[in-house]
Amino acid sequence: MAIEVRIPTILRSYTGGAKAVDGSGDTLADLLTDLDARHPGLRDRLIKDGSLHRFVNVYVNDEDVRFLGSLDTKLADGDNVTILPAVAGGALPAAGGPVAPRS
Amino acid sequence: MRVLTIDRGVVDRIIAHARRDHPEEACGVVAGPVGSDRPERLIPMDNAERSMTFYRFDSMEQLRVWREMDDRDEEPVVIYHSHTATEPYPSRTDISFAGEPGAHYVLVSTREPTVDEIRSFRIVDGEVTEEPVRVIGASVDGGPAGSPDAVTTYMFGQTQNNVDYECPA
Repeated sequence: MAIEVRIPTILRSYTGGAKAVDGSGDTLADLLTDLDARHPGLRDRLIKDGSLHRFVNVYVNDEDVRFLGSLDTKLADGDNVTILPAVAGGALPAAGGPVAPRS
Repeated sequence: MRVLTIDRGVVDRIIAHARRDHPEEACGVVAGPVGSDRPERLIPMDNAERSMTFYRFDSMEQLRVWREMDDRDEEPVVIYHSHTATEPYPSRTDISFAGEPGAHYVLVSTREPTVDEIRSFRIVDGEVTEEPVRVIGASVDGGPAGSPDAVTTYMFGQTQNNVDYECPA
């Protein structure tokens, strides 16, 4: 089964410049493992400590996977996956990395 | 050296957006044709964090805007946001999130009510390079965004060798 995955500019060095690649898998985690076999290193840019990296947004059929089950999101033939860099930042130089301030 | 060349009218609208949202951080994109390096279409974005020290594009709004740019053969030429109490220089947070290596990261500071500070940077693999800002064209008078007594003094960076004062007719 084929799932089209749209790759953002910053990660196209892993796909030979391709804007979209095909992959397969029953879940998002499976799909990323499948992609990593052909595009080594890609998975590590998306997953950190077993979770989806906060620096990226991943969408399945235009829904943010954070609301679908994250890496456990179920996939089916013909689904499309879009990866975008999260656009975030701000003045607060939080120690230990970027986190949203909580008062 | 890379230079950000940007229309005065676009700069005015970025600053107006930052002033409007002050003291929360404002953020947005200026799209331009792929490969042109010309920021032409301003797209103010919601700050999903609604914070004075953090900003994040709403993920669904971002998807819609990025897809629209794709459909129009555009790319994010400028990604801008404001710092509301500190200098317009990328923070560690800004640097760690920067995921568009081709974009000009424009920072505006609204810490001074009467002085607009705007600076531009490239951020690639955690490395920050400041670049001159070259503003072209006349200010847009009577636009809906600005107040009648809009401030017209801009500070483009704080080091002389990074400032391009050239103002072509």
